[in-house]
Amino acid sequence: MSEEKNRVLTISILRFDPHDSDDFPHMESYEVEEAPGMTLFVVLNEIREHHDNSLKFDFVCRAGICGSCSMLVNGKPTLACRTLTKKLDAHITLAPLPLFELIGDLSIYTGKWMRGLNERLETWIHDKSNELNVDALEERMEPALADEIYELDRCVECGCCVAGCGTIQMRPDFVGAVGLNKVARYHLDPRDKREDEEYYEMIGNEDGVFGCMTLLGCEDVCPKDLPLQSKIAYMRRMMLKTSLKN
Amino acid sequence: MKVIYTDVLIIGGGLAGLRVATGVKERGHDAVVLTLVPPKRSHSSAAQGGMQASLANSHMGEGDNEDVHFSDTIKGSDWGADQVVSRMFTHCAPKAIRELAHWGVPWSRVQRGARTAVINAKKVTITEKDEAHGLITARDFGGTKKWRTCYTSDGTGHSMLYAMDNKAHEDKVEIHERLEAVSLIHENGRCYGAVARNLMNGELVAYVSKATTIATGGYGRIYSVSTNAIICQGIGQAIALETGVATLGNMEAIQFHPTAIVPVGILTTEGCRGDGGVLLDKDGYRFMPDYEPEKKELASRDVVSRRMTEHMRKGKGVKSRYGDHLWLDITILGREHIEKNLREVKEICENFLGIDPAEEWIPVRPTQHYSMGGIRTKYTGESQTLQGLYSCGEAACWDLHGFNRLGGNSVSETVVAGMLVAEYISDYLDSSQSNISIHTANVEKFLKIEQDKIDALLSKENGEDAYVLRRRMEEIMMEDVGIFRNGEDLQKAVDELQELHKRAKNIEVFRSKSPAANPALVNAYRTQKMIKVALTVALGALLRTESRGAHSREDYPKRDDANWLKRSITTWENEEDTLPTMSYEEINIGEMEMPPGFRGYGKDLTLHNEATPMRQSTVDAIQEELESQGKSRFEIQNALMPFIDKLPKKYQGINARFGENA
Repeated sequence: MSEEKNRVLTISILRFDPHDSDDFPHMESYEVEEAPGMTLFVVLNEIREHHDNSLKFDFVCRAGICGSCSMLVNGKPTLACRTLTKKLDAHITLAPLPLFELIGDLSIYTGKWMRGLNERLETWIHDKSNELNVDALEERMEPALADEIYELDRCVECGCCVAGCGTIQMRPDFVGAVGLNKVARYHLDPRDKREDEEYYEMIGNEDGVFGCMTLLGCEDVCPKDLPLQSKIAYMRRMMLKTSLKN
Repeated sequence: MKVIYTDVLIIGGGLAGLRVATGVKERGHDAVVLTLVPPKRSHSSAAQGGMQASLANSHMGEGDNEDVHFSDTIKGSDWGADQVVSRMFTHCAPKAIRELAHWGVPWSRVQRGARTAVINAKKVTITEKDEAHGLITARDFGGTKKWRTCYTSDGTGHSMLYAMDNKAHEDKVEIHERLEAVSLIHENGRCYGAVARNLMNGELVAYVSKATTIATGGYGRIYSVSTNAIICQGIGQAIALETGVATLGNMEAIQFHPTAIVPVGILTTEGCRGDGGVLLDKDGYRFMPDYEPEKKELASRDVVSRRMTEHMRKGKGVKSRYGDHLWLDITILGREHIEKNLREVKEICENFLGIDPAEEWIPVRPTQHYSMGGIRTKYTGESQTLQGLYSCGEAACWDLHGFNRLGGNSVSETVVAGMLVAEYISDYLDSSQSNISIHTANVEKFLKIEQDKIDALLSKENGEDAYVLRRRMEEIMMEDVGIFRNGEDLQKAVDELQELHKRAKNIEVFRSKSPAANPALVNAYRTQKMIKVALTVALGALLRTESRGAHSREDYPKRDDANWLKRSITTWENEEDTLPTMSYEEINIGEMEMPPGFRGYGKDLTLHNEATPMRQSTVDAIQEELESQGKSRFEIQNALMPFIDKLPKKYQGINARFGENA
């Protein structure tokens, strides 16, 4: 069986170990022979195993489900694990996602950032009056509404929208599309009894829904194709209405 | 020396660990969760198809209840499961799912009226009752009598994990991220916490606790191809094993999922077949009905995986550069259904295969998927031999699954076990038994042992390459401890793994010498632990000279209840040993609610135990007697095998069920 010769990929990686006082950010390049179906997950593990075992990066599910491996691939935020090399040129540049704390090389501390966001926006069901009886039938929900909530629940907290956001460059406390999408998700959920006024307190400001400059880099880079544009617009309308009402 | 004190140390931030954490917090105890990755990125998030709970809301679930779920689970386990544990589980699954609904999981709901579904490759119309509208719906999964698997599209684990982690935020559970437990602190048969390594800066920290829970998931990554996340490396089982006191159960019980994509081994959910997808061979021929005329593609996972392998061995596989595979065809379900209920599958096909599953067939083959074995515990989740050590979820073997787990029972187990074990731990903490007194000098001793090991790895010269050892271990497991097993290959596997274990003592961390964030160092110490875990699997498989559930011996094709109705128990007695020590725990037929029988697949080859017919006639007599007295199914069940008193009071209540008592 004759096969076409595989490409040799040149992978240039922005490297830096903040724990090493002698180190400074620099590019390093590695050559890897391409294989059919090759993803950046395979490439990076091959580099670690055969070229440089100190290379730091984060993969968990390697199936595009968990959101761990977001990085800049040729400058664009995306999930590395499901990026096929055949869709890219032979020279590939990788850099850590900006704005998040760097652990080393391509590994970033998204967990801490997202936890802070979730605590700030209190992304859980607020319903103090309703004690659950675990023996009773569950409360009913319209099937279409459940589907709609799930649609927004699909966010994987990968941070791509944060890295792709213009506003956050100027306002470091901006909640980002990830935050506004979460608020939209709980706003939609009848199990959460928070009033519009409470949401307004949280995001009715320039670090929330009125800070967004509508550049919509978030929508372009979201690996889960969440309807970020329409949800930000919707939340903005709702919050405007609330502010006029009061 | 850095020491952190807490009431409950929880190792692992997936569904099971988080559920334990919120449960003990609610009871007023402190908890710290150690996790390798942000909890929302745990492997729980990869569970696609659903969670089994016998709600009986949808038309195809009518008549379902705890009894049917129990019976499916026991058959599925090939009678290896602990029947009391299975009863506790099936009783609490509806409670757990309702709790999750309360916490925000957007479960897919019953839509009243007629809809089209695909059953046995034919379109049929199913009509849902008006009164069921808006309740939680369910889909079909393998090895179940009723449609019982509740879901949110095919992102069920994701939605459950997000709701659970958000609940943990609300309850202010302390999460220590990127901290890896590398050993347990213990003395005189009592566990006092763990030594953990900070993966960002390399610092070793001692966590001292009254109760310690291991909820680190399975050990699938000892195989070269697995559907598991890359962090499922069995380190939780390894640190328990390395105490020399705690035991592991049924480590050889490894599940292979029928439909992972080729070559990368990413899962496509059983929901594909549950919703009507079929398996085809190289000729586009649907072969499963020939092997399993009744359940076809929806036979239990172990059965389907074996049948697929058999069929490929007959030359019916599709040849590819990555070896043979078969096809999964879901085109018949239609684009609308796929884009709504199988969207993760669709994304996976697009991103990793470059195909549209609404138009094209998906290349699949059976792939390592689940670890039925794990840290052996009592029904309370506590180790049978190391006091104060608990375990739950896939990490544990309390033994819900026996030798084969049903699809949809794993995420269900995580939250049910989590909610129960949280109560048992809290009861323990409320009693004086949980008081601890350990000298800090002894804590320091455990820290020093780990520091010395790390220093040795970093300073070693002319040693072994951890990657080489690890890749070889993975290949051995794949080739010799796979779906079909035989004595000769297993002996070879044990011998070679033993050799690898000896070589692993001599690992050198090449080039990358940083004591801080250092993937090479992590790989080095994990490889040493993984080889030990691999040995427990291979040795357990070699010694078990029968076929039961997912453990299939070509040289011993019969299930042997006369000699093997028992759990394998593994310990690693002395650090210098090069093989684990095996012993066995009898499973008492005399106490079974459901005595061993025929699972209904292929020919019945079972060698029955002489106690079986006796117990069966006792069970039949009690049943007949009580039925004639008009007793309820609960009363009859209680007469056969009481379990309710073992449950925490708050979970003893009867479940309301649509159509039965609600």
